Amino acid sequence: MPEENGDGKSKTGVLEKAKDSAAALRETLTEKAKQQATELKEPEKTQLYRSIFRVKHDEEPRNRALSVLSNVFFHLHPAKVNRDATKYNFTWGMGGITFYLFIVLTFTGVLLMFYYHPSKIQAFRDILYLENDVPFGKLLRNMHRWAAHLMIIAVWLHMFRVFMTGSYKRPREFNWCVGVLLMVLTMLLSFTGYLLPDDQLGFWAVTVGTNMARATPLLGNEGPGGPQMGMTPYNDVRFALLGGSIVDANALLRAYIWHCIAIPLIVAIFLGVHFWRVRKDGGISGPAPVMLESEIKEERSPRPVILRPSGMG
Amino acid sequence: MPFDWRQIWEVASAPDNVPIVALLFLAPFYMWYALRQGIANDKLIAILESDAQAAKTKYRKTQEWDPKWEREVHTWPYLMRMEFLVAILVTVLLMAWSLTLNAPLEEPANPNVTMNPAKAPWYFLGLQEMLVYFDPWIAGVVMPTLIIVGLMVIPYIDSNPLGNGYYTYKQRRFSIWTFLVGFIGLWVLMIVIGTFIRGPGWMWFWPGQTWDAERVDYAVNRNLDQVFGIDGSWLAPIFHTTKDQAAIWARAIFGIFPLVIFFIVAAILVHWVCTRTEFSKKIYKRMSLLQLVTMYTFLILMLSLPIKILLRLVFTIKYIWVTPWFSI
Ligand code: HEM
Repeated sequence: MPEENGDGKSKTGVLEKAKDSAAALRETLTEKAKQQATELKEPEKTQLYRSIFRVKHDEEPRNRALSVLSNVFFHLHPAKVNRDATKYNFTWGMGGITFYLFIVLTFTGVLLMFYYHPSKIQAFRDILYLENDVPFGKLLRNMHRWAAHLMIIAVWLHMFRVFMTGSYKRPREFNWCVGVLLMVLTMLLSFTGYLLPDDQLGFWAVTVGTNMARATPLLGNEGPGGPQMGMTPYNDVRFALLGGSIVDANALLRAYIWHCIAIPLIVAIFLGVHFWRVRKDGGISGPAPVMLESEIKEERSPRPVILRPSGMG
Repeated sequence: MPFDWRQIWEVASAPDNVPIVALLFLAPFYMWYALRQGIANDKLIAILESDAQAAKTKYRKTQEWDPKWEREVHTWPYLMRMEFLVAILVTVLLMAWSLTLNAPLEEPANPNVTMNPAKAPWYFLGLQEMLVYFDPWIAGVVMPTLIIVGLMVIPYIDSNPLGNGYYTYKQRRFSIWTFLVGFIGLWVLMIVIGTFIRGPGWMWFWPGQTWDAERVDYAVNRNLDQVFGIDGSWLAPIFHTTKDQAAIWARAIFGIFPLVIFFIVAAILVHWVCTRTEFSKKIYKRMSLLQLVTMYTFLILMLSLPIKILLRLVFTIKYIWVTPWFSI
């Protein structure tokens, strides 16, 4: 700066002044650019990064815990878990795989919805269009289909694992029940999707399936007590499911709405409860230390409620 | 007739049947995987039970353990890296599967052209197979409800506090056997039958037999009262009704007996199994009356399924109890 030259001779020309400040500006700019460049090497120090992640990701125990707790997605997890539960062999990751497949299905499902009209005129053609003309349409449809099948297998194996580790026992009884409902919903989700291509396969599968509803006791027109309740093919529970007495346009629309909106929403709500309960029930049940027969205690009555503060386990 | 490999391949390779083929391998694998860990724990339990000192000091898991280690580790990265890895593997598997196998698409839906056999998706074939043994209101409505409710009551009737959070076989023999019979022996097996054995007309085709839609099954199914030759028409004058009416009533009343006998025998059997060992007696004593009644009821109802299958497939008996309103 001219004032700071120290030699007493202040420069007077406008041009001179401008030149000087330009030089100074260049100097500070290069300085800043250099600084910026070095900062880029450590992106975690930038304001942008910190505004998003809020914590440093290093091997500090505190930050490892914080990176889980301060992230909306990760904080489904506790900060710390049973060391043996991190291995594959206890949970087989089956609950997690089921959940992941649900996410994959939601993602591919939304993409499929862009191409699909739930009407008798369009539905089948949309599938043909998807298979033959939409870029990656076939892959998209295949992925949605196979992920659905896989999810059913995964949810059965998850239930099997939970049973074999006795994880439904106190205090997790209720979460097991939530799980059973989730399994039923998963199968219904698959089943309602089966009709949507509006082809022979889906049509007859749903015809066979909903024909059973005719026989619902009291509520089906062919079920025991049904006719006495005034049930006919035009007002019974099957009629309500199909929106008609045959599998037709209304059934397609109903299947579509159950499949794409109603059941996924219900599943999402139950999943929320399921995960929340896993935490509140003290985290994953094990691998727990084995208990001996001689250590069985007398049953106390009424049974004490087991509550654990959140954050633990 | 020659062994028809092509028929087997046709069923097994139908794209929508691939998952059940996969389950045929996955279910036994995970069964083995669970039991292997259970047996390892059982060995540890045996050691602890025979040595009071060890029971106090020994680490009570089969996992590796060093006193210097912390019991808990950070979720990030130790658990979450596994989760991400598994997610990647599942994605790769799904991609590979989707690239190699196309989702099926048949002709457009046509109510005038029936599919033979018209099958539900594989995961419901267990229920569809049940239609052979029970009327639709039982197979399609009552049984599914019983399965769902039955699964949900498990935690409330299993009063055995052992085996909570670790694999074991010895400490939970009864519950594990029950679950395996239900899940593998009934549910998965019926799906397998529905997928691989049931051909056109839902007829029974052994593996290797060609699915011949023209085949006619001559087996005549009879009801239990016919097997016993129940004829109640002689009752007609006593009750002042027609012979047909009397026969219907006689049948309806007769049918109650085998059912009651079944319930009594099954209850005795279930009770015997539930109190067979010292340990199961101990658990039995812990149970409340409500728990006992619920458990016995569900076990007996579960037992009725294989009995009915046996009666139908081996003795060609259709109904046990025929009434004017419903038949079982
Ligand atoms: C949409 C279906 C489901 C999803 C996404 C799901 C997800 C999960 C996840 C991620 C866990 C954490 C532990 C693990 O991965 O094993 C879990 C635990 C658990 N699940 Fe599920 N689950 C589902 C269905 C079920 C079913 C069908 C049952 C049982 C009938 C069940 C019962 C339980 C129980 C009792 C736990 C606690 C296990 C323990 O503490 O060891 N869930 N679930």
